[in-house]
Amino acid sequence: MFGQIEEYFRTSLDRWTGMLAAHVEVSLLALAIAAALAVPAGILCARYERLKGPLTGLFGALRVVPSLAILLLMLPVLGTGTAPAAVALVLLAVPPVLMNTVAGLESVPAPVLETAAAMGMEERQIWQKVRLPLAMPMILAGLKTAAVEIVASAALAAKIGAGGLGELIFTGIGLFRTDLLLIGGGSVALLSLLTGVLFELLDKLLLKYKNV
Amino acid sequence: MINYLVRYYDRLLTALLEHLEIVLLAMVFSVILAAGLTLLCQFSRRFARLLVHGLSVLYSVPSLALLALLIPLTGLGKTTAVIVLVLYNQYLLLRNILAGLDQVDPGVVEAATGMGMTRWQLLRQIKLPLARKAVIAGLRIALVSTVSIATIAAAINAGGLGTVLFDGLRTMNTAKILWGSLLSAALALGADRLLALAERKTE
Repeated sequence: MFGQIEEYFRTSLDRWTGMLAAHVEVSLLALAIAAALAVPAGILCARYERLKGPLTGLFGALRVVPSLAILLLMLPVLGTGTAPAAVALVLLAVPPVLMNTVAGLESVPAPVLETAAAMGMEERQIWQKVRLPLAMPMILAGLKTAAVEIVASAALAAKIGAGGLGELIFTGIGLFRTDLLLIGGGSVALLSLLTGVLFELLDKLLLKYKNV
Repeated sequence: MINYLVRYYDRLLTALLEHLEIVLLAMVFSVILAAGLTLLCQFSRRFARLLVHGLSVLYSVPSLALLALLIPLTGLGKTTAVIVLVLYNQYLLLRNILAGLDQVDPGVVEAATGMGMTRWQLLRQIKLPLARKAVIAGLRIALVSTVSIATIAAAINAGGLGTVLFDGLRTMNTAKILWGSLLSAALALGADRLLALAERKTE
């Protein structure tokens, strides 16, 4: 068993790194797009009460739909490849970021906002210097959830031709090759755990004031 | 799409029933195991913390990866799928149950202890009834996640609606993909609504 795994890494290391790179690439792309869409949308929801109901309702329902269904639904619409996979991953990642942004912005205590206004801050300053920074921990937590979800679903995206480490797993299942299953499953699992750890480090780094 | 439904409705129905079977099996085992673990957690707070932390690490392992890693141990098929689903649910259930039990008003707990209740009585007659909202919330999340992950389990021949999806993908049959997606999404949304109703009833 370990001999086989060692053999794989000796002969096909560049294929493995290629799949790893494809996995990380599509994940980062999806996370960046999702953040660029969901954080502003969350700010709009917190600002305009009328938007909040429909938007959170829609994405709340989207969150419940199985990820495999969302991925495969892209196929008739956009075909195979990295692009449909990225679109599906964005759809999966938007709900947690959006919900956490709204919740974070709304959980800022009213007295704090009132104090900021009383200190002579303008609406814009209050958002930039008080409300957003105080909502940051929640937004970051949403991004972490989204990132872990993306890494997991990107493994499934191998089925619609997006490449990535999921290919190893599906090949392993198809050929019943234990070594491929262990390498593929282990790599995806480690990548996912690493993503979680990275976000925890980011949280510590960006939000030092929390631990003072 | 309608043609497909008319011609193959029995296949879709079989897949749906198979899916329900996996989900129900997984939920039953999950609840039994979670109940046992909750009891164990009553003895030591440190054990509870360690257990939930360990389960959270396990939970963050992607389902396809966990399925792949378990194949060498338990083989292809339903057994492996149910094991994976039960493992994931332990985190969702225990996190909610333990948080719910901890949120019970300390004054109430003290009063119950003062009345001479044993730890077992306290749990069964005071803490659990007061925490039932959190318990049902945990069940709701677990059920929706089980429905969702069970589709992925079709990749290892566990059957269910995922089979329709993967078959549709292999043969590039759009009607099949649409029906598989539609049914699994409807099942997940239905399960979510059902337990949301139960959650509201407990208030």
